[in-house]
Amino acid sequence: MTTWFRRGGFSTFLFLLPLIVVFGVFSWFPIVRAAVMSVQQTNLVTAPRFVGLDNFRTVFEDPLLWTAVQNTAWFALIALVLGYPVPLVLAVIMSEVRRFRGLYTAIAYLPVVVPPVVAVLMWKVFYDARPEGVFNTILGWFGLGPFQWLQSATTAMPALVLEATWAAAGGTVIIYLAALVAVPHELYEAAEVDGAGLWRKVWHVTMPQLRGVLLVTLILQIISTSQVFLEPFLFTGGGPANSTLTVLLLIYEYAFASSLGGDYGAATALSLMLAVFLAALSALYFWLTRSWSTS
Amino acid sequence: MSTPTRTRPPAPRTPAAAPPPASGRRRGRAAEPVVRGIVSPSEWRTPRVRTGLGLTQVVLLAALVVVSLGPMAWLVKAALTPTQDTLRDPMAFFPNGVDWANLSTAWTSVHIDLHFANSMIVAVGAWLVQLVVATTGGYALSVLRPRYGPVLYWLVLSTLFVPAVVLLVPLYLTVLSPPLLGASLINTFWAVWLPAGANAFNVLLAKRFFDNLPGEIFEAARIDGAGPLRVFWSVLLPMSRPILGVISVFAFVAAWKDFLWPLLVLPDPDLQPLSVRLPTLASSIELDILLAALMISALIPVVLFLVFQRTFLRTAGLGGALKG
Repeated sequence: MTTWFRRGGFSTFLFLLPLIVVFGVFSWFPIVRAAVMSVQQTNLVTAPRFVGLDNFRTVFEDPLLWTAVQNTAWFALIALVLGYPVPLVLAVIMSEVRRFRGLYTAIAYLPVVVPPVVAVLMWKVFYDARPEGVFNTILGWFGLGPFQWLQSATTAMPALVLEATWAAAGGTVIIYLAALVAVPHELYEAAEVDGAGLWRKVWHVTMPQLRGVLLVTLILQIISTSQVFLEPFLFTGGGPANSTLTVLLLIYEYAFASSLGGDYGAATALSLMLAVFLAALSALYFWLTRSWSTS
Repeated sequence: MSTPTRTRPPAPRTPAAAPPPASGRRRGRAAEPVVRGIVSPSEWRTPRVRTGLGLTQVVLLAALVVVSLGPMAWLVKAALTPTQDTLRDPMAFFPNGVDWANLSTAWTSVHIDLHFANSMIVAVGAWLVQLVVATTGGYALSVLRPRYGPVLYWLVLSTLFVPAVVLLVPLYLTVLSPPLLGASLINTFWAVWLPAGANAFNVLLAKRFFDNLPGEIFEAARIDGAGPLRVFWSVLLPMSRPILGVISVFAFVAAWKDFLWPLLVLPDPDLQPLSVRLPTLASSIELDILLAALMISALIPVVLFLVFQRTFLRTAGLGGALKG
């Protein structure tokens, strides 16, 4: 013990103390607690009681669960179709810009910098369903609309996705731009020697070289869209007619919304199930990248 | 001390084994003709490619301006327009003049000033806590290297794989009655600051950066009689500015943007930062005042971005490369 102290063991420990305390109390302890709470009935009045798998049963028997799962999948799907190709196309074109490239990246990235709450509240004004709303006015110039946007169960979800895509695309563009810079120029030169034109170079050199990054952004996008909360919470509160109720919104309602009361057990059970799904995705990602790197 | 601060290590700009983030420097070193993209120099000289690509790029710029800048420009316009004008014809350009009073009304009578200050307090505190945890922890794990270090580092990294959803409820209950403290952290800024410090990504970035610093410098400082604290403060930190910048941008912006967590732990309206307070205000105040408030809230991050563009974009590239 004394040699440990004299060799500086104690001062090392002091340096690690902030990390140990902060991670211990606000990360490791809550993670363990989540697992315990999912099999307990927890409220703030009485002591927690072991209830086995009751919390999971409650969640599974909730008809809203399937609505939430379907809605979340629907959000993720539209986000994929709408938002996945756009940053790639933008980045490929932008990587060839010779002058003012900084201007392109700055403008493309700007929406990412806007605080999400500000973006959502601003878009809520854009989605004004009256014919005098911002989007309805613009579409009116082309003889379209007016649309109901957030007030119709069919258009609400696509409207949410549109805003989310606007807010996030810039970040993905930056990731692709970084990957595009890393493509070895010898590959393009070799392709040119073989007589490849612009399109063939993009298709046969650029795309295969971006394969890894494309998969990373795909999985990252699915992971983040399956945890979508802010947009449905602030735009629609889950409505109309639960058409934008997502899994995270349901977790929030279990735990913190007054109408259902603080059912912390069910909330933790559902978040654990979501976490297992997300972990499976990450595992899939690791497995895919590993099998590629060995081949 | 053998002036170790003068020796500049080869700054490892990308601690990750990942594609280097985009730097706007490709054109800066025009002397090297090898730096090129998909289009070859000879293709650039053909008129077909030149006009075609040039045109595509102009169209792209126009589209970016409309889609990206358009909403922001509209917000600035509408923030200075009376409510009735915005409601009647939102796309008209100041039909009845500019209403500068919106900004001062939002600032004073809706107390955007208070919430602005709260946002600042939240962001600066979260930033400081994250810097302290990441630098001290990274230093101990990378330079001092105790025997239990690898286990601790593994425990830190493993939290990267736990999605934030899982923590929401148990973390809330922990903050409600923290162990060994006896007092609830709800409605104190500590409830936002401290959990922000438990960010494995920061520790990872800091440790990897410190790992790449030349160890002889620390050795030399130690032989010259510098204690661990002195090495940390006078040797390590001055050499770590690039990574401190990245962590700072991450920390400050994330804290400024955060919504759900401060909403849960700061129920007192007088303590709420802008992002938490704005949605509540949205339903109770006039539209033009709300839009003015939105503009004010977007201002700080946008200005920060324009000033520290390079750090922001490097951070964005890094985030994508490392999260995977």
